[in-house]
Amino acid sequence: MSLILAIESSCDEMSIAILKDKRELLCNVVASQIDTHRLFGGVVPEIASRMHVECVSTVLKTALQQANINMADIDAIAVTKGPGLVGSLHVGMQAAKTLALAYHKPLIGVHHIAGHIYANELVEDIKYPCLCLVVSGGHSELVYMKSEFSFEVIGQTLDDAIGEAYDKVGRVLHLPYPGGPVIDKMAAEGKHAYHLPLPLNDDSYNFSFSGLKSAVINLCHNASQRGEDIVPSDLACSFQEVALEVLVSKTIKAAKDYNVNEIIVAGGVSANKGLRQKLSQESPIKVLFPPMSYCTDNAAMIASAGRIMYEHQRFSPLDLSVKPSYDLEEESVDE
Amino acid sequence: MIHFQSEQAMIDFGEKLAGLLFPGSILTLEGELGAGKTTFTKGIGKGLGIKKVINSPTFTIVKVYQGKLPLYHFDAYRLEGQDEELGFEEMFEDEGVCVIEWPIYIQDILPSEKLEIQILKNEDESRSMILKPHGEKYEKIVKELGLC
Repeated sequence: MSLILAIESSCDEMSIAILKDKRELLCNVVASQIDTHRLFGGVVPEIASRMHVECVSTVLKTALQQANINMADIDAIAVTKGPGLVGSLHVGMQAAKTLALAYHKPLIGVHHIAGHIYANELVEDIKYPCLCLVVSGGHSELVYMKSEFSFEVIGQTLDDAIGEAYDKVGRVLHLPYPGGPVIDKMAAEGKHAYHLPLPLNDDSYNFSFSGLKSAVINLCHNASQRGEDIVPSDLACSFQEVALEVLVSKTIKAAKDYNVNEIIVAGGVSANKGLRQKLSQESPIKVLFPPMSYCTDNAAMIASAGRIMYEHQRFSPLDLSVKPSYDLEEESVDE
Repeated sequence: MIHFQSEQAMIDFGEKLAGLLFPGSILTLEGELGAGKTTFTKGIGKGLGIKKVINSPTFTIVKVYQGKLPLYHFDAYRLEGQDEELGFEEMFEDEGVCVIEWPIYIQDILPSEKLEIQILKNEDESRSMILKPHGEKYEKIVKELGLC
């Protein structure tokens, strides 16, 4: 039995969730998705450490009200300690420490990626050993998990993250930010008409998306010099198919090599429809995707990872600090 | 101006440059998308003895690595048009090496003494680099590299 209050503010969203036991989510309030005009009387800026300060109390109050819970009933305070934007992380961390100190609750510092991974457990139990494909604006990693809360990074991007490559291609195609979801949508309407090189198509589990990004830039540049028009939906489709080909093939290869029971997907890019379709279709091993509502940053996932850390009594001292980069492997619980 | 025919040549040059850096060094990197700013930073990291993979800092704006000197790898691109206190000055004043991509977006808070590096992508896919030192310490580095 546990009741975890979790705070996530690693980027431009301030979110607080309260989770009872494994998956009874009593609330999951996300500041940038609620009616900002009504609650804050203003616009939430893009990078929001200052706005986080202004809205953290409101979000907390709303969360406690929605869950119909008093602070006294909470067992532990979980908070994202990194990786993320330092300014934004600080706000959540200060709020968490204040609550932990004032209400005498244990503090649990959660790795943002462990949170994304355990968003999956809000739906069903993860079956170990498993392989996790972490794909977001800041990460592209393959993580082998031989047991609960054990992380071994077996592959990662050598340059740009996949979500970042999507956003940068979006920039080249003059799409609104973030480009990822727009390209995903356009790709479904286009055809694979442009030749783009398969990035880092080798035997490793590593990724590289910088070369693919450059190939897209060169293609657009050369076309404009020749006075030719690019068909944006076809370019989006070509880019997406090539990017997903390498993501999916390496994930399946690693899953086979490590003989896992299932593949789980985590991070913002797990919302990508093309990825969901391709990986589900091609994988001979069961694939678990987080629900769409938990793909982007939210505190429910931090509560989910925090719940496991609570069971393992992985508490943090009150002088815990936020960092832009934390090593995921060091978060593993000992056997 | 220096010319590089290959990616490896640019990494090697970064490694060589890293050997001349001192605690508190500030390097700014300019160049269009895909010019090779992060690639060049890999070379600097190698020269600082960093074993971890240096990949893009775009998302978190800064990534920190431990080497002979700590490396702070910044990408200020996402900071366009905002003037918040982000605590970067602390890192600039620290005993590490700061490599800053897209410095134009935080030019108001950058120290005046620094090494400005510009990477140019040529038509034939080769790269050129221009180093512009500001301050004696950086002039010395450029001299030691035999560039003036």
